[in-house]
Amino acid sequence: MRVFLKQLRPAALILLVMIVICGVIYTGVMTGVVSLIFPQQAKGSIITITLKDGTKKDFGSELIAQKFTEPKYLIGRPMTVSNLGPASDAQKKLVAERVQWLRSLDPGNTAPIPADLVTASGSGVDPSISPAAADWQVARIARERGLSEAAVRATIKRYTTGRLAGFIGEPAVNVLKVNLALDGLL
Amino acid sequence: MSTVIFQDIFFLALLIALAIPLGLYIHQVMDGQKTFMTPVLAPVERLIYRVIGARPDDEMKPKRYAFAVLAFSLVGFLFLFVLLLIQGILPLNPQHLRGVNWHLAFNTTASFISNTNWQAYAGETTLSYLSQSLGLTVQNFVSAAVGISVLFVLIRGFIRHEKETVGNFWADLTRVTLYVLIPLAVIVTVLIASQGVVQTLAPAHTSTTLQSASTVTTHLGPAASQVAIKQLGTNGGGFFGANSAFPLENPTAFSNFIEMFSLLIIPAALCFTFGKAVKDAKQGHTLITVMVVLFVAALAIITISEHSLAPHYAGVIASGNMEGKEVVNGVGASSLWGASTTAASNGAVNATPDSFTALGGMMMMFLMQLGEIVFGGVGSGLYGMIAFVMLTVFIAGLMVGRTPEYLGKKIGPFDMKMVCAMILAPPLLTLIGTAAATLAPGAASWLNNTGAHGFSELLYAFTSMANNNGSAFAGMHTNTAFTNLTGGVIMLLVRFIPIVATIFLAGNLSKKKIVASSEGTLSTSNLTFAGLLIAIILIIGALSFLPSLSLGPIADFFTRL
Repeated sequence: MRVFLKQLRPAALILLVMIVICGVIYTGVMTGVVSLIFPQQAKGSIITITLKDGTKKDFGSELIAQKFTEPKYLIGRPMTVSNLGPASDAQKKLVAERVQWLRSLDPGNTAPIPADLVTASGSGVDPSISPAAADWQVARIARERGLSEAAVRATIKRYTTGRLAGFIGEPAVNVLKVNLALDGLL
Repeated sequence: MSTVIFQDIFFLALLIALAIPLGLYIHQVMDGQKTFMTPVLAPVERLIYRVIGARPDDEMKPKRYAFAVLAFSLVGFLFLFVLLLIQGILPLNPQHLRGVNWHLAFNTTASFISNTNWQAYAGETTLSYLSQSLGLTVQNFVSAAVGISVLFVLIRGFIRHEKETVGNFWADLTRVTLYVLIPLAVIVTVLIASQGVVQTLAPAHTSTTLQSASTVTTHLGPAASQVAIKQLGTNGGGFFGANSAFPLENPTAFSNFIEMFSLLIIPAALCFTFGKAVKDAKQGHTLITVMVVLFVAALAIITISEHSLAPHYAGVIASGNMEGKEVVNGVGASSLWGASTTAASNGAVNATPDSFTALGGMMMMFLMQLGEIVFGGVGSGLYGMIAFVMLTVFIAGLMVGRTPEYLGKKIGPFDMKMVCAMILAPPLLTLIGTAAATLAPGAASWLNNTGAHGFSELLYAFTSMANNNGSAFAGMHTNTAFTNLTGGVIMLLVRFIPIVATIFLAGNLSKKKIVASSEGTLSTSNLTFAGLLIAIILIIGALSFLPSLSLGPIADFFTRL
């Protein structure tokens, strides 16, 4: 026990030192460095747009999904975190409801729906959908906005990122940026 | 599928390629040799020794070393516990969060002291920036450094002979933190921040949405610096509730790759440190081979299950199980992360394990249930693996009727007792915890899924805590007094029983002579031995967990066929 008590003093002192080094200095210096070299990313990649009247307006983070339900917009993934087993009855019911809702926006489209559009992400705010899920919505958006499908496709393509180096991760379409562009803001 | 396979192969090849130089560098740090960082860091190191009044060459006997580890963890525990309780009246709390309730504070503290980082909390709505940086970030560093220090002690047990001492804990802790963890964390912070992981002390940002002009909140904070060490130190506790599935914690394919890579690099490197230290590189190669074989097998099962065994929904393209996964990661990178985070005792997630297919989720559970030794936690994974090596040597010795020895050290009864404590603590605590939770009143109301999958949630929770992993089938409501308290105690026991056993094992080995190997010595660096080791690991894991896995994921799989 005496051996143990004798360790308490250096233990407390080294903890203090570590709090200063790893908690204060490391966190502080990293905050400074990152704010300096990546100011936009450090503060949440907020999309700020200068409007026609010259005022600036925030449209939220490009990395956080927003809810889109109107047919003229590109619609993103369901914004919940279910934690349900993929084969559970509750999950099957949810997916069926989402399928039905998407089809009600575009009754003529009978093509099967890409899976990411009717399943929830892990974060509930996935900013992206797959290129296939965007493609499934092109005809509807073009019709609603009186644009050509080619124009809608071109906008989607502009905000699509490919796999890193061709094989890491998956291609993704940023839903918010596409919609800002469709509205003529971006 | 072919890009996914290519991604996996590239990941593993790069991992091994960079683990070798890092492992050799860590060996220099362990030995107190000069490294390329010495000119910068040596003055800081000396200053630390002066402040705490310790000498790095003041060699400790096992008892003193163990007490130093426990004393350091105790003061760390008290500091973090109090910090969480009183964060409401402290600065750097722009969201005006209140103090954490006592049982959640106990659980979170136990979890970070023990390098588990189980998340009963949701960072953005529970913890102030002060608690995150002075509390969690600091424990992310030092709990990782404790694990690596204890591994150094065990390695010294093999290379020393007729000595009573095993090193100086304060020096080990300081060197690992300064020379290994901080430089790597700085690199990773900058890399992931470039992708959009936030790093600011500014309060959460609110703006209006495009379609309906309703409010959308962007939670901010000093996240990148904490996420870097959370991955590198096999900690895994997220800055945000959704962990690395949350876009501001892991926004792109590149950040995902870096974070995934960070969580395996140190455990992989330590295998080479070990080989270098015992002056027999092949010993390290054998261990990493065994780890890679088990890892690849589990990864293949998870990937195939997520890719091909996903349920088919009417009117939906069958393209793998995307429930709970981010588009940018897809099935491939989510499966690779799932295998990595449970093989290492990291526990960070980039998708929700609860929504994995039954067999995919089962393999993640089984990787933990093997005792977190397939890579495992930083330091703790390798000392756990060495315990299995000694058990294998012992069993092989019994079969051929020779005194078992490993690296020239004869293995005696005391050594085997310590090995048993190291190997048996995790499965025993997993099963006791699961059984207690199953019998607890109201347990069914904590569950999100029903039937066999509901039991899987309970089993996963206690598997994760009793192996210091920290990931969860997160649908389960875990922030209850019962799970917070039992889980907290289990995390502490399963961390410190093996640590104390490892230190005393090292002390006992250090006293022994090194015997020259003869023709009759069992080789521990050939493929036969690697095969035997894999068999022992799988047998212990399967014997301990087949019954409970049958009630959970296996039943889940068959009932949904």
